[in-house]
Amino acid sequence: MFRVEVARAFRRPRTYVLGALLAGVAILPSIVLATSSGQSGGPPFFEQLRTNGLFGGLAAVGLIVPFFLPLGAGLLSGESVASEASSGTLRYLLVRPVGRVRLVLHKYAAVMTLLVLAVAWVAFAGLVAGGIAFGYGRFPTLSGDEISAVMALVRIIGAVVYVAVGVTGLAAIGVFFSTLTDSGVGAAIATVAIAIISQILDGLSSLHAIHPYLLTHQWLAFADLFRSPIAWDAMRQGVLLQIGYVAVFLAAALAVFTRKDVTS
Amino acid sequence: MALGLIFPTEGEVEVLGQPVFQGQGPRDRALRSVGALIEEPGFWTHLSGPRNLEYFARTAGPADDRRARLGRVDDVLRTVGLEQAGGKRVKAYSQGMRQRLGIAQALLGKPNVLVLDEPTNGLDPQGMREIRTLLRRLADDGVTVFVSSHLLTEVEAMCDRVGVLARGRLVAEGPPSELRSSGNLLRIEVDDRARAEEILRRVEGVELDGSGTAQLRLRLAPPATAAGVNAALVAGGVAVSALVPEHESLEDVFVSLVEGEETPR
Repeated sequence: MFRVEVARAFRRPRTYVLGALLAGVAILPSIVLATSSGQSGGPPFFEQLRTNGLFGGLAAVGLIVPFFLPLGAGLLSGESVASEASSGTLRYLLVRPVGRVRLVLHKYAAVMTLLVLAVAWVAFAGLVAGGIAFGYGRFPTLSGDEISAVMALVRIIGAVVYVAVGVTGLAAIGVFFSTLTDSGVGAAIATVAIAIISQILDGLSSLHAIHPYLLTHQWLAFADLFRSPIAWDAMRQGVLLQIGYVAVFLAAALAVFTRKDVTS
Repeated sequence: MALGLIFPTEGEVEVLGQPVFQGQGPRDRALRSVGALIEEPGFWTHLSGPRNLEYFARTAGPADDRRARLGRVDDVLRTVGLEQAGGKRVKAYSQGMRQRLGIAQALLGKPNVLVLDEPTNGLDPQGMREIRTLLRRLADDGVTVFVSSHLLTEVEAMCDRVGVLARGRLVAEGPPSELRSSGNLLRIEVDDRARAEEILRRVEGVELDGSGTAQLRLRLAPPATAAGVNAALVAGGVAVSALVPEHESLEDVFVSLVEGEETPR
C-alpha cells in the first residue's frame, strides 16, 4: 500500500509542477540577493546568504516553513483518504481487502515520505542556488564562531529532518480530517486553516500561556542547530509536542475510520 | 455489508463460512476470495487501466497473492476485451470500458464469490451479451456470481436463482422459472367481448385479468384449460380469432411482490 501510494504520487504531473514551484521558491533568496544590494532584512538566514551559499539551503527551508509547508501538508494529508472516497477507489481498496488500520497508517506514512522529500528537495535547490550565486565556505554560526562547510551541511540535513518532524502533527490532523469527509479539498483547507490559526495564536503575546502547546510554536527552532553549542531545548520540546499531536490525531483518525460506513 | 463496507446494527454476516465482521471491525480473510463491482467502478483516472489493476494488485495481501494478481493483469484485461486499450488513461475511457475494467478488477484475485452491482451498466447490447456469457462461464467453473440488477430481462436471462427484495426484506427467492407461474395466462381475441366475458364467468377456474377493446386476459387455475376455454366460447357462439398462452414476466412477479409488500397491513 505504502509503496503504491508513493509510486502513484510520482505518476501525477501535479507532483512535478509542485516540485518545480518549490524549487522556484527555494532559489528565490539567492536570486533576490544576487541581483540587489544593501540590507534586505527579511526571513531568517536571508542576510547571511550573501556571505556563504550554504545559507541558501536554510533560507529556502525557512521560507517554506510558515506557508508552503502547511499548504503541502494540508493538501497531501487532506486528500489522503477523502480523495479515494470521492474517486470511488476507497471501497475497492477496502474490498481488496486492505485493512482499515493499515490503510490509514500507510496513507500517513506516504504523506510524510512525500513531505520529507519536499523539504529535502527545497533545501537541496536552495543550497545549489546559493552555491552558484555566492559560493561555499566555512560557516559562521549564530553564536559567532565558525564550523567547517561539511559540518554545516550535516546540520542542514538535521534542520531538514527537524522541519519534517515539525509537520508530522499537522499531517496527522489532515489525515484525521480526511477520514471525516469525502471532500479532499475540504479536508485540505481545514488542515491549512488549523496551521494558520495556530500561527496567529502564536503571534498574540497575551496568549503566551498556551504558546508552548501550539502546533506551530517550535517550527523555526531548527535555527538552534546553528548555534555552538547546539541548543536542543526548544527542538526537544518541539519534537515531544509533535509526538503528542500525532498520537492524538492518528488515534482519532483510526477510531473514526475503523467504525465508518463506507458508502461512496 | 457483505463486503465489510458498512456495519450491521445487529446480526452476523458470513461469506464462504468466514465471518465478515469480528469484534469492532471487518475481517480481511473473508474478503480474500471475493471480487466485487459496487455501483460504478472506481479508478485513479490519471493512470492507465493496466496500471490501475497493477496498483490494486500490489496494495495488500500476502506476497504470493500479490504476485499472482500481478500475473493475471493481462489475463483479465483479455477476458473483458480491453487488451487493446492498454496505454490509455482511464480518464479517456468510455463508460462501457470503465465498466469492463471494473469487472476485470473484480476478477483479478480469481474470486470464488463475485459480487456485481449492475454489471452491464453502460454497455451496448453486444457488450451486455459478452458479459453475460462471461458470467455464465465463470458460474459454470464454480464461481458464485451474485448480481444485483434492475434489468429484469437480464436477470431472467442469466440467473439460476433470483431473490426479490422489498423494503429491505427478502420477499421471494428461487429459480426464475419457479418464481413466475408460467403458462397460466391466456390472451384471447374475440368478436363479441361482452358475451365472451359472460360465458367465461361461468367457467370454473377462470379469472378475468383485464381487457382491451377486443382482447381479454385470463388467469387460469385448474381445472380450467386453454382448450376448455376455447370450446366454451365456440359453443356459446363467440368467434375466437386468437388464443395465446402468455408467460408472466419476472417484471410482473416483481411488481406484484413489491406492491404486496408496500400496502400497509
